[in-house]
Amino acid sequence: MIALDKETLFGDTHKEFPTHSGHRNEVSPGGGIIYDAALKLKPEDVGRPDVNLYPVPYLDVLISALKETGHEHELSKYQVMNNTVAFGASAALIDFNFDLVAAAIKEGFTGRKAALGELNVKAARHGYDYVKKTFQDDFTYKLHSLPTTQKRMMIRGVQAVGIAKFRAGCAFQTYYPITPATDESEYLENHQKDYNIVVVQTEDEISAVLMATGAAHAGVRAATSTSGPGFSLMAEGLGWAGHTEAPGPVIILYQRAGPSTGLPTRTEQGDMQFVLHAGHGEFPRMAIAPGDVMECFYDTFDAFNYAERFQMPIIVVADKFLASSYKTVEIPDTSNLKIDRGQIVSATDLENGPYKRYAFTPLAVSPRTIPGTKGGIFHTTGDEHDEFGSITENSENRIKMMQKRMHKLELAAEVIPDSKKVNFFGPTTADVTLVGWGSTKGAILDAMQDLEGDAIRCNFLQVRYLNPFPTKLVSKYLSASNRKVLVECNYTGQLGALIREHTGIAMDRKVLKFNGRPLSQNEVYEGVKDAIKNGTMEVVMAHA
Amino acid sequence: MLELKDFRTKVHNDWCPGCGDFGILNAVQMALFELKLEPHNVAIFSGIGCSGKTPHFVNTYGFHTLHGRVLPIATGAKLANRDLTVVAVGGDGDGYGIGAGHFVHAGRRNLDFTYVVHDNQVYGLTKGQSSPTLPKGERTKSMPAPAIVEGINPIATAISCGYTFVARSYSLDVRHLKEILKAAVLHKGSALVDVLQTCPTYNDINTKEWYAGADLPTKSPRLYKLEEKGYDGVVKNPADSNEITQKKVQAIANSFEWGDRIPIGVFYKIDEPTFEDMIATRMPGYKTAALVRQDLFNRNVDMLFQALS
Repeated sequence: MIALDKETLFGDTHKEFPTHSGHRNEVSPGGGIIYDAALKLKPEDVGRPDVNLYPVPYLDVLISALKETGHEHELSKYQVMNNTVAFGASAALIDFNFDLVAAAIKEGFTGRKAALGELNVKAARHGYDYVKKTFQDDFTYKLHSLPTTQKRMMIRGVQAVGIAKFRAGCAFQTYYPITPATDESEYLENHQKDYNIVVVQTEDEISAVLMATGAAHAGVRAATSTSGPGFSLMAEGLGWAGHTEAPGPVIILYQRAGPSTGLPTRTEQGDMQFVLHAGHGEFPRMAIAPGDVMECFYDTFDAFNYAERFQMPIIVVADKFLASSYKTVEIPDTSNLKIDRGQIVSATDLENGPYKRYAFTPLAVSPRTIPGTKGGIFHTTGDEHDEFGSITENSENRIKMMQKRMHKLELAAEVIPDSKKVNFFGPTTADVTLVGWGSTKGAILDAMQDLEGDAIRCNFLQVRYLNPFPTKLVSKYLSASNRKVLVECNYTGQLGALIREHTGIAMDRKVLKFNGRPLSQNEVYEGVKDAIKNGTMEVVMAHA
Repeated sequence: MLELKDFRTKVHNDWCPGCGDFGILNAVQMALFELKLEPHNVAIFSGIGCSGKTPHFVNTYGFHTLHGRVLPIATGAKLANRDLTVVAVGGDGDGYGIGAGHFVHAGRRNLDFTYVVHDNQVYGLTKGQSSPTLPKGERTKSMPAPAIVEGINPIATAISCGYTFVARSYSLDVRHLKEILKAAVLHKGSALVDVLQTCPTYNDINTKEWYAGADLPTKSPRLYKLEEKGYDGVVKNPADSNEITQKKVQAIANSFEWGDRIPIGVFYKIDEPTFEDMIATRMPGYKTAALVRQDLFNRNVDMLFQALS
């Protein structure tokens, strides 16, 4: 751990509204703490005899770096570079190649800031050298670069979603500024010249979802991105899109900790049930929950195909953690991804007789025309309507239209491959089945190995399609399970409720977290152990 | 050869007898016909209310949307296909009440579309409550008491928001309305046409007879045409900020004339780059063809991945 100040070590419990009690307690035994020597702490003050302490006089080291470049008289301007000194010190401790440290720093300072980059490299170097000459090489954790095999990239969720939108042919994106969704729209806007995508900052999220729906009806692939508060405003528009069988939009929801403004910059999985029920009345919508950065890419791509094929709005349920965490992955080959625009009727198909936009068909999906097509004129309405889109309250028509719209979800359930609906990891039979969705995937996968070390054999069911719900698959895996432990980041265990609703199967134990912080590998390990060894019904994790 | 009847549908019309909506519907159909637009190249959007049913009666692409939400949906469709002629219709409650936020921002964008507002000062479909344009102190027949809040001035509001064509007409003067609508559709930019409209069922104040001035000593019509007094609301030099200010102030001042004399006609017009033009400054490809006609499905994203490696 690098502590830049005293509060990092000891917390702010002296304040009226403390936020944490010190991170010194979170360092693993055998780990190390780098802190400012100017704090003049004795080892017993830190209170962690099982941890190595590395006091570094940040300011003195920084001054020596500034002297070397003739900037020592500008100390107040550059004092912020204490953090780079500490960063260099940490690299020395783990014996990391300094050339890589220097390259990483320079990457962050380009153009006019290049000189500042050099200065930072210098500061890091002095921190690095200070540790090398001052402390014994007794730190057991080392980090060396692996041999490179394939070219890899470092990518965030918002970028993966953005690139998927380009790849899928999305032509239209709307947004209203909101944390943490806006980064994605800005990414699209930064590349709009090269890819011809209109990006509109709207007056509110009501407009955002409806503008995208209007564009989808007009024949382009359209999308919007938001977080919980914005999605709340979209409920009305979602209903209109579903009822008028619009071929979209694709809505990316980056959940954050609610309700209301909640913890606006922190993560949560609290919106699942809302996504599935938002809007009055009953209408079809699809909801997909990617579990990692590359699933964000593939699920977003698929969402555009399904939106047009089944003519319904699709919500990709991500969260703040997925949106903004970086992951290093191999560059995917996207050349085999297929665009499927569903059934579109052209002017030549329309010469025989009047066109019915909402025709009853064996598969429930009515072939659509693109407005502007001769002979393809249709009316659409949020009122109940007949095959032509004219308003009617006829009883028989109402029943058939409801069945037609809702049946599209059943059709979708048959078309979507099983391999996309859920992921199943680990042995077929195990002591415990961990059940989760979304961004907890990584922490759960990592913790499975730790649990194995404690003789708790686990497998893991990750639910990816929330609607249409993969009832058969989930039933199959859970019926074969000895003990089911639900792991998710919300208070009520929303996935557990959804599974019970569809399969009748109840979870045996729950490991939950709802303090806005992402679930860690350690917490899954501790939580599941508590649930299994001590039989705790519901474990609430609290790491900050 | 197109005929006027090509813009009509056979859908049953359930508006009240004598409703002002009929005049607006006829004027819309006549304007589109006289502009020689092909029905399949036109899309009409509406909100919710009596006026919301308009698209069902016009043989063009038609979108009957949500209460107050006509403008976002129309905006999305127009941006996706700028070759479509887009006309949005709605009521005064729809546009200036629940949809007020969208009304403001649609003006700011200067999208090339026409917005026709049925302004009858009441919520007809919900049986006569006061709408945002009912003046303070007025009481229509189904209201328990007179209005205690100010009415909105749509003309002044539209000019403040950035609409580049702002006009008022009257639903029972179909010829005037038709000409105003034609000018609005031809205008490149966001056009508001506020249409004074009678509601024989719920507005017993602003009736056909009232507009005709039957209660005035002179018995002369309240409505008069702006050009009759030599009014000119057109900005001749859009680069001249003084002229713009002067024309806006003049238009807003005239829009407050209400009572015995009520002006109709074009209050303000200026030719400025549209939203579509402005998008093209950021994204030149927007000009090559309507987005809906561009093949965007074979994009190569490798360079985006490479940039992250």
